[in-house]
Amino acid sequence: MDITVAGVKKTVSDGLTVAQLIVDEKVETPEYVTVTVNDEFVESGTFDVTVLKDGDNVEFLYFMGGGR
Amino acid sequence: MAFTNEQLERYSRHIILKEIGVKGQKKLMAGKVLIIGAGGLGAPAAMYLAAAGVGTIGIADADEVDLSNLQRQIIHATADVGKAKVKSAKETMEALNPDVTVNTYRTFVDSSNILDLIKDYDFIIDGTDNFPAKFLINDACVMAGKPFSHAGIIRFKGQLMTYVPRQGPCYRCVFKEPPPKDAVPTCKQAGVVGAMGGVIGSLQAMEAVKYLTGAGELLTGHLLTFDALKMEWHKIKLPANTHGCAVCGDHPTITSLIDYEQTECDGAL
Ligand SMILES: [Zn+2]
Repeated sequence: MDITVAGVKKTVSDGLTVAQLIVDEKVETPEYVTVTVNDEFVESGTFDVTVLKDGDNVEFLYFMGGGR
Repeated sequence: MAFTNEQLERYSRHIILKEIGVKGQKKLMAGKVLIIGAGGLGAPAAMYLAAAGVGTIGIADADEVDLSNLQRQIIHATADVGKAKVKSAKETMEALNPDVTVNTYRTFVDSSNILDLIKDYDFIIDGTDNFPAKFLINDACVMAGKPFSHAGIIRFKGQLMTYVPRQGPCYRCVFKEPPPKDAVPTCKQAGVVGAMGGVIGSLQAMEAVKYLTGAGELLTGHLLTFDALKMEWHKIKLPANTHGCAVCGDHPTITSLIDYEQTECDGAL
């Protein structure tokens, strides 16, 4: 199936979970990442049971703390 | 309020814009913007807002200028090392534009002073470097109904979002609570390219100018990210549903301000 991750189209295997995608994408500090699928938040305790569907649009939002 | 000939010339590039014009320039001159943190983000934001003729600019920072600041905090010069950042910033802004009134607050913001600090301002810019301050600014602005620009920078990356009451999610909608101390690197630990403050801090000034003049669309409901190594921008649409948020939702559980453990970088950051 095809999904979009951070604006980039990818072909992934059927049944892929958000948790596995986080591993595959080598997400930095995965325990603190915020995930949206189709512009809705995915609760952080549910990444391993959230199965992606064809056409899903996934975004990772990262803490960025610097500024001074 | 009529413009002097000098003001007509100084602001001519604004006045010629159909989105700003005479009316918009008057709004800028009547506008009040508070910048919290006179550092990598706050320095360019303060300079562009002063140059734009924003009538009243507040600047809050407790630190003194350190030599390691000068790689990115371009509002301060070598001769300012050791001087209070708010004093150094005020001198640069007044030299740039004597039309502007600069209010200085030489203090760290915390739950005891932030509501009082923000209450007289139209728009707030978060130029801080630590999560406790970023969550504090968010919660205070939500509670006081103040619009603000959030931003963060690290290494070759930066991101920002704009909050306007009832026009989209707040910072806490996206990031529920600060990460534990040292779980996520700050720019002192990880480094940051000086120009990144210019890129993202200038966009925060841009949002303030757009908010005050009503020009265009604000960065509400979106997080805009920038990766300088790839030279890529990415605008992420945020969920519109804010009902469950602990501070801006329908049944807020956070109803008083929280001073999280300060893990901020010291003055050298
Ligand atoms: Zn919220």
